[in-house]
Amino acid sequence: MNANTFNPATKYTTPVVEALRTEIAEKLVSRFGDNFIESHCDYDFPVFTVKSAAVIDVLEYLYYETTTKFQFLTTLCAAHFPQNVGAEFTMMYQLHNLQANTRIRIKTTIPVSNPKIRTATTIFAAANWMERQEYDFFGIIFEGHPHLKRILNMDEMNYHPMRKEFALEDERREDKDNTFFGR
Amino acid sequence: MLDTVLVEQKLVDKEYQFLNLGPTHPATHGIFQNVLKMDGETILDAEQTIGYIHRAFEKLGERRPYYQIPTLTDRLNYCSSPINNMGWHMTVEKLIGAEIPKRAQYMRVIIMELARISDHIVCDTVIAVDTGAMTGFLYLFQWREKIYEIFEEICGSRLTTNIGRIGGMERDFNEKAWNKLLAFIKEFPAGLKEFDALVTRNRIFMDRVIGTGPISAERALNYGFTGPNLRAAGVDYDVRVHAPYSSYEDFEFDIPIGKSGDTFDRYMVRMEEMWQSLHIIQQAVEKMPSGPFHADLPEFFHPDKADVYSKMEALIYHFKIVMGETDIAKGEVYHAVEGGNGELGYYIISDGGRTPYRFHIRRPSFIYYQAYPEMIRGGMLSDAILVMSSMNVIAGELDA
Repeated sequence: MNANTFNPATKYTTPVVEALRTEIAEKLVSRFGDNFIESHCDYDFPVFTVKSAAVIDVLEYLYYETTTKFQFLTTLCAAHFPQNVGAEFTMMYQLHNLQANTRIRIKTTIPVSNPKIRTATTIFAAANWMERQEYDFFGIIFEGHPHLKRILNMDEMNYHPMRKEFALEDERREDKDNTFFGR
Repeated sequence: MLDTVLVEQKLVDKEYQFLNLGPTHPATHGIFQNVLKMDGETILDAEQTIGYIHRAFEKLGERRPYYQIPTLTDRLNYCSSPINNMGWHMTVEKLIGAEIPKRAQYMRVIIMELARISDHIVCDTVIAVDTGAMTGFLYLFQWREKIYEIFEEICGSRLTTNIGRIGGMERDFNEKAWNKLLAFIKEFPAGLKEFDALVTRNRIFMDRVIGTGPISAERALNYGFTGPNLRAAGVDYDVRVHAPYSSYEDFEFDIPIGKSGDTFDRYMVRMEEMWQSLHIIQQAVEKMPSGPFHADLPEFFHPDKADVYSKMEALIYHFKIVMGETDIAKGEVYHAVEGGNGELGYYIISDGGRTPYRFHIRRPSFIYYQAYPEMIRGGMLSDAILVMSSMNVIAGELDA
């Protein structure tokens, strides 16, 4: 199997997923205009990228809008891409419409210099600990969160360990040659 | 009553008692801490502290090659680690677009359903123990031991199994495993019936669990409940049916649901799920197709050790897999399986390297344990213990 010729992602992008993407993208464009950036399909998920200022409005719209009803927050998480200057953090929200059994992913980016985003706890009670976890690991400030403190690490910790600048192993070690062992 | 009136009118001061439940109390069945605000024996509020066995799996996963991550997943919900392993293998198989032979899929189904039974045995018997019914626990727990013996035959280990490989299974079931599996199918119904007769309709047990720690379907959904706890509240969401994986669409089974989401419903849903799991295992054994037990994926599936020493291709692929020379697709993939506690999802961002760029786990326990204070508020202290065990919060999964 050669990764250059065969793209496994397309195998899972069925016409149903593609139709869902078109349908939701149209709604988001007409409702949010410039705040909607782009949409694409990744494996079996339609992915919608929006501006960080509008992401909670988008979640709220998809929650209450009668034709979408994405009322179940499956998970949310952050990822750190230091090379994307000005948009280092990516936030991902995965929503599930349990009635129609459709899933979508909403993404947005925020800069590391001002890592702030509105909280989703106003819509989903489940977002409480998920956001605390991302705060703990990445230092993202969720504005309006009722109880934003560290959850898995100890309170005295003064850094956010999932950021990419923290290598998993001590880089000063000289007894191991990392060139043979990937990243 | 007079007390309340006097306190409201500020004629007398009232002090509440704060009680540390956990982190290492035997009744919490794991390392959980709750600071309870109590009025007499009634719980007014609870503040949870978690993270006592946090092992940074998401960070560790960023340095481990794909084939080394199953050992991390073992230690999530360690009562049903085979489900976690299979979930991970299927996520990577989705990332690379691999097709798995039917036989391997059916073998996985058997293993996952056995794991589900062992998970539910732990939960249901522990509910019984917490109400004082030690006998049922002792009787049913021997069947968990039998399941572990089957796992031992299949993969060599019992609790943290690391069972299966990316691309299929590491080996076919041997004759001993088949014999133990068939014996289990034959004998387990009697054992489960015995437990059912001992516990379920026991008056004392029913008085303790009916109406204890209820949650409505609406609140449960808002709190992100999945699995037996959500089904006990009356929502028929099951990943095996809503997004079938590993040939679950080939099998007939029912999704049991409850009504009030209380401890009794959670107990009953798990009881019925054990029967359904047994039913699935029976069907899988009957319909077991012949064929290979792993896919033809030389770039991901470790070759046989004897071949590595004698065949050139096997040596090359062995080297490529171990040293991370294999091309892997770029992209973001999420795959969920129905774990013992609910939707266990893996989310990987792959940048084409030998390790995931970002590895995130949707841990069902972590998400639904948030609702615990809401469920025990207004109840008694002894009920709080019962609600915790009936939610089946597993510390390994909670803290990752």
